[in-house]
Amino acid sequence: QNDGYRTLSLSGHVGFGSLPDQLVKKSIKQGFCFNILCIGETGSGKSTLINSLFNTNFDDPASTHFLPNVRLRAQTYELRESNVLLKLTIVNTVGFGDQINKEDSYQPIVDYIDAQFEAYLQEELKIKRSLFTYHDTRIHVCLYFISPTGHSVKSLDLLTMKSLDSKVNIIPIIGKADSISKTELQKFKNKIMSELVSNGVQIYQFPTDDETVSKINTIMNGHLPFAVVGSTEEVKIGNKMVRARQYPWGIVQVENENHCDFVKLREMLICTNMEDLREQTHARHYELYRRCRLEEMGFRDIGPENKPVSLQEAYEAKRHEFYLELQRKEEEMRQQFVQRVKEKETILKEAEQQVQTKFEHHMLMHQEVKLKLEKKKKVLEDEIAMFIEKKANAELLQSQASVSTPVVSLKRDKDRK
Amino acid sequence: YVGFATLPNQVHRKSVKKGFDFTLMVAGESGLGKSTLVNSLFLTDLYKDRKLLNAEERISQTVEIVKHTVDIEEKGVKLKLTIVDTPGFGDAVNNTECWKPITDYIDQQFEQYFRDESGLNRKNIQDNRVHCCLYFISPFGHGLRPVDVEFMKALHEKVNIVPLIAKADCLIPSEIRKLKERIREEIDKFGIKVYQFPECDSDEDEEFKQQDRELKESAPFAVIGSNTVVEAKGQRVRGRLYPWGIVEVENQAHCDFVKLRNMLIRTHMHDLKDVTCDVHYENYRAQCIQQ
Repeated sequence: QNDGYRTLSLSGHVGFGSLPDQLVKKSIKQGFCFNILCIGETGSGKSTLINSLFNTNFDDPASTHFLPNVRLRAQTYELRESNVLLKLTIVNTVGFGDQINKEDSYQPIVDYIDAQFEAYLQEELKIKRSLFTYHDTRIHVCLYFISPTGHSVKSLDLLTMKSLDSKVNIIPIIGKADSISKTELQKFKNKIMSELVSNGVQIYQFPTDDETVSKINTIMNGHLPFAVVGSTEEVKIGNKMVRARQYPWGIVQVENENHCDFVKLREMLICTNMEDLREQTHARHYELYRRCRLEEMGFRDIGPENKPVSLQEAYEAKRHEFYLELQRKEEEMRQQFVQRVKEKETILKEAEQQVQTKFEHHMLMHQEVKLKLEKKKKVLEDEIAMFIEKKANAELLQSQASVSTPVVSLKRDKDRK
Repeated sequence: YVGFATLPNQVHRKSVKKGFDFTLMVAGESGLGKSTLVNSLFLTDLYKDRKLLNAEERISQTVEIVKHTVDIEEKGVKLKLTIVDTPGFGDAVNNTECWKPITDYIDQQFEQYFRDESGLNRKNIQDNRVHCCLYFISPFGHGLRPVDVEFMKALHEKVNIVPLIAKADCLIPSEIRKLKERIREEIDKFGIKVYQFPECDSDEDEEFKQQDRELKESAPFAVIGSNTVVEAKGQRVRGRLYPWGIVEVENQAHCDFVKLRNMLIRTHMHDLKDVTCDVHYENYRAQCIQQ
């Protein structure tokens, strides 16, 4: 271990050997947070397994098969064992594998995982941030439930795992494994693993670099995928009540290692590698997400002349760029506005002219019509005068004639009528 | 004494001479134990050199129709048995209308028979019509799934559908009861017409009537199949060996396999043929003529 520094030997007890203990004390005080994502078809045994793993009854009502799309449902619980506080979040897929067309089934899951990374990234990029008290919702492990068909994984399983293997630690599990006999089981496991390998699906490997756990982890890696059975009911075996399923032909005990891999899963997931899962999520999956995201936003580590660029400089450059862009847009909009106003003005002026011309035209018409009417009126008045004269003459003639003829009887006839 | 009481015997004799034929279709997702069940039903191995596709190949797999025809004989009675397999059903990622090749196949057989029946030379008509379709429902869910409903609705007026709960050895008795109830409810709710066992005559004996009642109440049958023989209680039986016990396929306390076999082969095989001829085929024929 010679990296350029001298190694000194101590002549007495200094005391920094307690550092791990100090770390442990701090982390116990802080509490732990663990987020599990369960992906599996409706009825594949997700809720029952989680209940069995954490020995509690998390309320999770069974869902129908007729949902039109896949959703995710997250529930957070606080568990305590000894003096350790665990904030456990279980995220379940709802409606996975039920639709006739499953092409869009895995996208909601990918989006959810990305959303948790994004939330953390946003917090990290804040000016005033509180990572210490931030509730980390990033998924630490994905338990992928494979249906116990006995043949291989389903086509949807392959597509989903491929879309997730660089974002989350995947542990494949065979759910409801009590329908597979011992001879069929090993063949099934081998087929599953070979299909995953040949399609380049990266599943989580229990770490073998730490010598205290490398042996057990290596053995467990060889047992993947874990064939599990869960149960919410208990049966009396001997003089103990154990989680089990009672069939007419026998009793399947959840915690019997000859019956299923439940104990192995619990050991690996919770007792031995929980912290590693959290670490991998943060150091590998999150970092990958962050890098891709920042590159998307235009950040680089190396500038155009191959010189390293600091994030601060990149920020400034981006901000300046953005500001210039904003100004340009503002100017553009202002120009457009002025232009439009001018155009409108011209149009209005023209319209005004037209209206004026029309108005004058109408006035002229009005005058003409008025003159015509006056003329006609004059003519009519003349006619009336003439008519009155004629009438007067006629009446005169009539009165002269009526002296000699009886006009009265006519009048009386008229009255009677 | 006239003598026509011997007619049934004459019918029996002639039918033995002529032999029987039966076409059985099996449908359902991969991995539900269809082939194993068929082998268990007919106590033979129909699928000797079968090649299964892997998951990547199945992503966009289309449904095929594969026929296996065998001649089997028992007590002098010959049966030409055709099993119609539907590999690929429900296996792709997008299974929209994946039942179309199946409905087309059934219609084609009807079409063929219709033509043969209407022809001038009707001596050797072959009846390839599908007499029964065993539909396998997954035991891992909570009831019917959308693909199950769509499939059965597309086929219920063309073929006798007998729904089965597959791989029933993953369900404890209370779960089987609940699942059967749920499936029966959903079949009613979605208006699916599955094969109905005919009413038994009022002059049958009480034992027969009791059996008939039990049969009707057990539907849909929860079945288990096995290709292997294991030793249980000193006897060699078809079964599945688990660390926690042995499942015996023919043990009525373990599953409904015996009920299915009795119904399908021993008591109702001919009724299935009759309903196919008298109902499904006649519907098809009437539709054809009217168009």
